Amino acid sequence: MTRWTPDPSFYPSPREAATAPAEKLAYVAAFDRAAQRPDAIVVLDTDPESADYGRVVGWTDLPHTGDELHHFGWNACSSALCPTAPHPHVERRYLIVPGLRSSRIHVFDTRPDPRTPQLVKVIGAQELAEKSGYSRPHTVHCGPDGIYLSALGGVDGAEGPGGIAVLDHTTFAVRGAWEADRGPQFLAYDVWWHLTQDVLVTSEWGTPSMIEDGIVGELLLGRKYGHAIHFWDLAKRRHVQRVDLGDQYQMALELRPAHDPTRSYGFVGVVISVEDLSASVWLWHRDGAGADAPWTVTRVIDIPAEPADPADLPDLLKPFGAVPPLVTDIDLSVDDRFLYVSCWGTGELRQYDVSDPFHPVLVGSVRLGGIAARTAHPAAPDEPLAGGPQMVEISRDGRRVYVSNSLYGSWDDQFYPDGVGAWLAKLDVDPERGGLTPDVRFFPRGAEFRGLRVHQTRLQGGDASSDSYCFP
Amino acid sequence: MTGRTLLALVALGAFHGLNPAMGWLLAVARGLQERRRAALLAALPPVAAGHLASVAMVAALVTATRSVTASTALTVTGGAVLVGFGLWRLLSQRHFRWAGMRLSAAQMAGWSFLMSSAHGAGLMLLPVLLADPQPAGGHAGHLAAAPAGALPGLVAAGVHTLVMLGVASTVALVVYEVLGVGVLRRAWFNVDRLWAGVLVAAGVVTLAAAI
Repeated sequence: MTRWTPDPSFYPSPREAATAPAEKLAYVAAFDRAAQRPDAIVVLDTDPESADYGRVVGWTDLPHTGDELHHFGWNACSSALCPTAPHPHVERRYLIVPGLRSSRIHVFDTRPDPRTPQLVKVIGAQELAEKSGYSRPHTVHCGPDGIYLSALGGVDGAEGPGGIAVLDHTTFAVRGAWEADRGPQFLAYDVWWHLTQDVLVTSEWGTPSMIEDGIVGELLLGRKYGHAIHFWDLAKRRHVQRVDLGDQYQMALELRPAHDPTRSYGFVGVVISVEDLSASVWLWHRDGAGADAPWTVTRVIDIPAEPADPADLPDLLKPFGAVPPLVTDIDLSVDDRFLYVSCWGTGELRQYDVSDPFHPVLVGSVRLGGIAARTAHPAAPDEPLAGGPQMVEISRDGRRVYVSNSLYGSWDDQFYPDGVGAWLAKLDVDPERGGLTPDVRFFPRGAEFRGLRVHQTRLQGGDASSDSYCFP
Repeated sequence: MTGRTLLALVALGAFHGLNPAMGWLLAVARGLQERRRAALLAALPPVAAGHLASVAMVAALVTATRSVTASTALTVTGGAVLVGFGLWRLLSQRHFRWAGMRLSAAQMAGWSFLMSSAHGAGLMLLPVLLADPQPAGGHAGHLAAAPAGALPGLVAAGVHTLVMLGVASTVALVVYEVLGVGVLRRAWFNVDRLWAGVLVAAGVVTLAAAI
């Protein structure tokens, strides 16, 4: 049913979204690595006034096992206000939750009881395969004309190409593959856009066989993982340009375009350089003036590997005597001022001031976990932590940052072979000068997650990576 | 054309002009994206042209048909179409799908044409056109009279679109210069539902008049 006035969580511009009220709940994708028990959508209380602040207050099991929940998103967001196909009276209400391993897509209704999302629809792997030709669904974005869903794999045993499936806004039926002409694109991972400029961007990880049983050393050293990003015409659905970062820069993952629709830049994180194990963040931008100038990339952040005693390292890293930072997620605040960079290997969340996107300035850092460091959280200083800050989500007002510690089941096992555990931390941000402080009242972990690992967090009403805006 | 017909056309023009989905919001977005008012103003004429094409098509068809056929059958058919379309708009969950925002003037007119047609903008004029007294003339009832019969419809569509353009321009400028797009959050009343209700009501009135 539609509303009489726009959903209050929709904002025409990022500036207005930054004034949004603080989230009271957070939704977290949790999965059972053993695939013995169902994965779950876990609900956390994020209201500091509440007696249950920082605790699990809701839990909805999935109907099957072995889905490996990973990323997820909302059925509708601020893009519903975009003027060419406005539909502002729909509700931000349903969570679209893909199983990365099972290729099943689940739809949860958060309206009847926000603390107990109800499963209302399951789209089977078969339907996704038949209608779109894709499997391993990953990123979900609410677009102006449908729900965009990136997928890593092909179907019927085919490794690829991966691409984007479009789901109907209201029925969630799979409408088909998005691409009219994919050009040279084969690998897939993330997708996002410059909505008002008719530009869609995609990135590259690997095909299912390259990732599902863990990172493959020979493929990595052979520079076979993704190392390019692709620019597309969003209206015509055609490939426009492939920009190669260089094949030593393996795994170009998270895409974070500026929220300001008049700007034409964004950041992409690279997991690892095979030359020195460093991680990097790149800025994409137009090469020259004009709305049709070609795209190019500039490496703006380098994070070096940290030397470590081989005795402290998993087999995979022993020969190197160093811990790679493994930048596996980045996130840009709604006001486009701070970029957060997760170093899952070294166990650090970095905060950069990117007011000048070409020259990021490191203004904050928090260490938690890490392959060698195992830094404890101040709320539990005697508990060494495994895993590191991985998925990072920022509140719309930019004052709170949430990090969870699992990367991807089989990869967790390689880098943290003694167990990655499960924890989720909240960091308070100084919005003026930058700087991060762990909140000692907010540290759900271990048994609270009932043996499941935690991946992406989505905040009630939207967050920094859920919405796109058509007005500056 | 009677004064009442004219008044109804003006009112419907204002109603269409006020609807953000009919084009003024797109004009505001263009102005903000390019940071100049000229871009906003340049978007409005193509929007009006597309709207005019959509409305004129229906209006001309109705008045031309009316000049050659029995009025009651047409009125009943028109009323039934209106009620049906209005109910479909009211109950259907589907919404207009369009991904591109960098539009040339021609594409913008095309967008506006599709948007107006999908919303049944022309249909809404139906009862007004059917209620207008049949123009006196010796040729009524002959097929040859059809082209000339389309004329009143075209005039009506023109009047309607002029008012629509005036209202849309005013709203676009006020939002762009004074209010800001933040006003959308509070003031974007669900026109679609109201719109569908108007279509159904117009159909019912038309049917009642015919019977």
